Amino acid sequence: MTKMMYRDAVLTTIAEEMERDENVVVLGEDVVGGMGTPGGPEAIGGIWSTSTGLFGKFGAARVIDTPISESAIVGAAAGLALSGKRPVAELMFADFIGVSLDQIWNQIGKFRYMFGGKTKCPAVIRMAYGAGYNAAAQHSQAVHQMLTGMPGLKVVMPSTPADVKGLLRQAIRDDDPVIFLEHKALYGVTGDVPDDKDFTIPFGHARLSRAGEDVTIVSTGLLLGFCEAVADKLAAEGIGCDVIDLRTTSPIDEETILDSVEVTGRLVVVDEAPPRCSLASDICATVANKAFASLKAPPQAVNPPHTPVPFARELESAYLPSADKIEAAVRKVLSYR
Amino acid sequence: MQLSREALLRAYRQMKVIREFEERLHVDIQTGEIAGFTHLYCGQEAVAVGVCEHLTEDDKIVSTHRGHGHCLAKGCDVNGMMKEIWGSREGLCKGKGGSMHIADVDKGMLGANGIVGAGAPIAVGAGIACKLDGKGAVAITFSGDGACNQGTTFEAMNMAVVTKASCIFVFENNHYSEHTGFEYAVGTQKDIASRAEAFGMKVWRGDGTDFFSVYETMREVLDYVRAGNGPAAVEFDTERFFGHFEGDPQRYRGPGELDRIRELRDCLKNFRRNVTEAKLLDHADLDALDAEVLEAIEESVRQAKAAPRPTAQDVLEDVYISY
Ligand SMILES: Cc1ncc(C[n+]2csc(CCOP(=O)(O)OP(=O)(O)O)c2C)c(N)n1
Ligand SMILES: [Mg+2]
Repeated sequence: MTKMMYRDAVLTTIAEEMERDENVVVLGEDVVGGMGTPGGPEAIGGIWSTSTGLFGKFGAARVIDTPISESAIVGAAAGLALSGKRPVAELMFADFIGVSLDQIWNQIGKFRYMFGGKTKCPAVIRMAYGAGYNAAAQHSQAVHQMLTGMPGLKVVMPSTPADVKGLLRQAIRDDDPVIFLEHKALYGVTGDVPDDKDFTIPFGHARLSRAGEDVTIVSTGLLLGFCEAVADKLAAEGIGCDVIDLRTTSPIDEETILDSVEVTGRLVVVDEAPPRCSLASDICATVANKAFASLKAPPQAVNPPHTPVPFARELESAYLPSADKIEAAVRKVLSYR
Repeated sequence: MQLSREALLRAYRQMKVIREFEERLHVDIQTGEIAGFTHLYCGQEAVAVGVCEHLTEDDKIVSTHRGHGHCLAKGCDVNGMMKEIWGSREGLCKGKGGSMHIADVDKGMLGANGIVGAGAPIAVGAGIACKLDGKGAVAITFSGDGACNQGTTFEAMNMAVVTKASCIFVFENNHYSEHTGFEYAVGTQKDIASRAEAFGMKVWRGDGTDFFSVYETMREVLDYVRAGNGPAAVEFDTERFFGHFEGDPQRYRGPGELDRIRELRDCLKNFRRNVTEAKLLDHADLDALDAEVLEAIEESVRQAKAAPRPTAQDVLEDVYISY
């Protein structure tokens, strides 16, 4: 085990995979940084420091700094993937998928099926998502809701450095297109990471981060930590919560959720995207369908409101699901006897 | 150069307001009181002001992530802007947008924009509207050397030509997009204007650190577009004095680069030298404006700090429906 930050888990996984497989290439805006400037290449790394040093190690042919052209970045990843390479493209902010949406939605997500299963498209599209920095409506969004709804894409949302390692390695080795969503507020979080250079975590396997028999809480990414804090607080009162970290939203680990709800009979889903047609409403519906007999209370969803992400500190913190809101939802499901 | 004394004083004042607004933000942001991402316009003031001094409220502009200068030049209220950046509910956008999303549509300011390249297509639509209204108004999009690589910008240029929209593409080439140099990211390694020319537009070029160059160039561009000749493009070579965003360590700059551009390419210094040497204004006139502007900015900060904060209920306002 090595202690490292979430952002370093991203960087070292990419570096190890580039070392192992020469078909792995990286592309994105400022992934080298300083190109064409007096300071020169790598004068400054990408803004998340998730590609620092790759250019020096692997060279310009495999670490491609791109112009501001998201549509062409994802499109190029598609073409690279169809040509036997394993591109890892970075979109900087998840919000910028808007510019590249056709290439994600109509192209990389559809090749395998549309071409009769005769091709694979091993592209990874990484992006930083999420609120918490007062970066306002176009730099703060959680985009998994829309992407999870698109057939053909795998969608990954790691919450710990170890999960970054195992899931990103799996994403790079996977033969299908993977959207890899990194929460920008987690980049500085530290945790133990396995040293094994073949450590992978299969998609569709949730992680039980807290165990208890009274309530099931399901979440991902940044909000998972809020859920754990609530579970720890309630544990002191003798209330036990299963806290399930989904890790991937597509494929989704229904079994772990259903098994837990069969014991607890009470479900709270905590989701960073707006409430309509959301991950939370999807999971509540699945549980209502498949574990109806076990339910002791109506499943509760905790989402932000149906608005764009607001700027001011007071507004953004009112917007985001908080530990208080999660606790209130847990107490609500417990109030049903 | 036939500008009246009043027009000269006004132009200087506008540039100075932008400069001091940004210099003050640069200081206040260090304290951590101002939230979010802020991109300062310092160094490029001559472009915003040299363009907008020709415009009326019927004319529209579409701005960028580096939008404070465009907003101020187009007439957005200084206090309303400062309050917005400080996140007050009395801000121009009630604290919902912040630095990257300042807008005042009634003044023809159709919004700063956090998405690089999003502005140009919007300006095409506004330019078509101007044409439909038939009053000679124009729509102007400001784009950086980075934004000129976005497909949206290419599409907008072609569509403006095809629709003969009353639209002007103003390219502010400050040689950097984030941490990347113009020469790397723009494949022709030449200028941006020749790209626009290839789309079938008449193009102009000017010095974006010299108010008079911008102002005189824009007079020709605007005469051309207001006369119904369709769109046009203009590229101004300019400088950004601060980092890409506040907090950028700027290691991509050359040794002495920042001192050099502050010394030789400062539009305010250039303006002052020009008008005093030509005896159009004297130093005392400009010094008086400097003091007045500093006080106005100080007042805007006082107001921003004292202004009421938004509350949790405000989150649910201004959407057509909330859940
Ligand atoms: C679609 C999109 N891609 C990337 C970014 C991140 N970004 C913000 S500003 C910027 C550089 C823009 O450069 P330029 O157009 O030259 O404008 P300048 O910053 O020099 O004013 C980048 C890459 C963004 N905001 N939107
Ligand atoms: Mg630039």
